[in-house]
Amino acid sequence: MTRMSESAGSTPDREALQSAARESDALAVERTLAGERDAFRVLVERHSQQLFRLAYRMTGNEHDAEEVVQEAFLRAYRNLGQFGSRANFGTWAYRIAANYAIDRMRQKRTEDARRSTPSSLAEEQDPLDLVADDRPTPDRLAGNSELRKKMEEALKELSSSERTAFVMRHWEGCAIEEIAAVLESTTSAAKNTVFRSVQKLRRALEPYVGARGALQAKAAGAAPEPRGTEL
Amino acid sequence: MKHLTEEELVGYREGEITQREAIAEHLTSCTACRTELERIEAVLSALDNLPVPERGPEYGRAVWQKIAPQLPEKAGRGWRAWLEPRRWVAIGAMVAVVIGAFVAGRWTKKLDAGTPAASVAQVKERVLVVAVGEHLGKSEMVLMELANATLPVSGPKQINISAEQKRAEDLLDANRLYRETAQQDGDAALASVLDDLERVLMDVAHSPEEITPAKLESLQKRIEAHGILFKVRVVGKELQEKQKTTNSAPAATDSKVRERNKA
Ligand SMILES: [Zn+2]
Repeated sequence: MTRMSESAGSTPDREALQSAARESDALAVERTLAGERDAFRVLVERHSQQLFRLAYRMTGNEHDAEEVVQEAFLRAYRNLGQFGSRANFGTWAYRIAANYAIDRMRQKRTEDARRSTPSSLAEEQDPLDLVADDRPTPDRLAGNSELRKKMEEALKELSSSERTAFVMRHWEGCAIEEIAAVLESTTSAAKNTVFRSVQKLRRALEPYVGARGALQAKAAGAAPEPRGTEL
Repeated sequence: MKHLTEEELVGYREGEITQREAIAEHLTSCTACRTELERIEAVLSALDNLPVPERGPEYGRAVWQKIAPQLPEKAGRGWRAWLEPRRWVAIGAMVAVVIGAFVAGRWTKKLDAGTPAASVAQVKERVLVVAVGEHLGKSEMVLMELANATLPVSGPKQINISAEQKRAEDLLDANRLYRETAQQDGDAALASVLDDLERVLMDVAHSPEEITPAKLESLQKRIEAHGILFKVRVVGKELQEKQKTTNSAPAATDSKVRERNKA
């Protein structure tokens, strides 16, 4: 069984690097707690990109993602004492970001729901996008960009919990326990949420993927690498 | 032979299911289920290729520049940090703001009379220590009463919490002032305790006078979940001790200040 992910598998070199990074993370945490505010900068610079990826996948837009990253680091700084240096700073900051992103998504949804009537949902779609969709697909990436739009739409249709579960599981390779912690649910509920997200995405996307999806995946040069079914 | 359900297939793919061997065995012998799994796989691998906008190595620096001005001087050590001696420097600053509010507000008459013998800073510190200390003490009482209220053994009897509710309401205003002051001052630890406290007080204040046992239980759970009683108790106790030490300073007892303020 394979799991697809962009992140490469662990090689010994990579592991050595990771453990070195963790060590200096712990040091940076200690120094920050000792009053050296600038030591926190190391942590910010080291983990920003990873948090951005997560936040972007959860929120679906760059502006929100950047705000999530900033807020996550602010929160991490404020609560650094509670974290101490017992665990991996990256994992901890990651969880803070996921927690904040999910709160934000939920809040936004409530606001959107309050603001929009059901009929306005259809209106929100940019007419130009629709035209672009109907055009006969030129050779290049037209098929790909259409599929991409469908995927983005399908992800938007997921509930905040489903999207979080899916992002954490499929793109970030998180353990179910980790997802359950962010969703504040039991592990079996988290498993269920992962399943529901896959099921919904499948319903929404299968017509557009079919056999082509697999082909496109290969054509995009990102042939999936086998990955352990680690938990 | 019974085919695999979608849930079983997804679970199998996730490595999140028991009886993996049985499923694997079925898959080797059943083309239909294998095709089904491949179709799930196709959707997921298409999703794997959904791009994320690039953020280069300079992104981390940009994030730092954005957040650095917002970071308080010291990283939050959680509420425990409040017990550290150096916290009192921050509290001194907070007192200044509280006094400012007092002077600007309805307490003007009370405070501007007389020149304190003790230094201004000492007086300021004492005022806050007394004020927040008393506030926490009162809050603790209200929460304690609620936390220890026994649920009726049976029946849908309503519980009257109007007394606690009224007190929580009175405490809310003061709490808001202290919390905002702490936040402005960048004192995250104090702000966080007061923030937790404020939520619980708000819950209590906004409850109906008569509540069901279930509602009481959920209030009690909230009080427990925040560990708020413990935090309030510890911080309150520290404040009392702090108060004792400042009270022992000459011409600086609280009662004298009050007498002076009456003048
Ligand atoms: Zn079958």
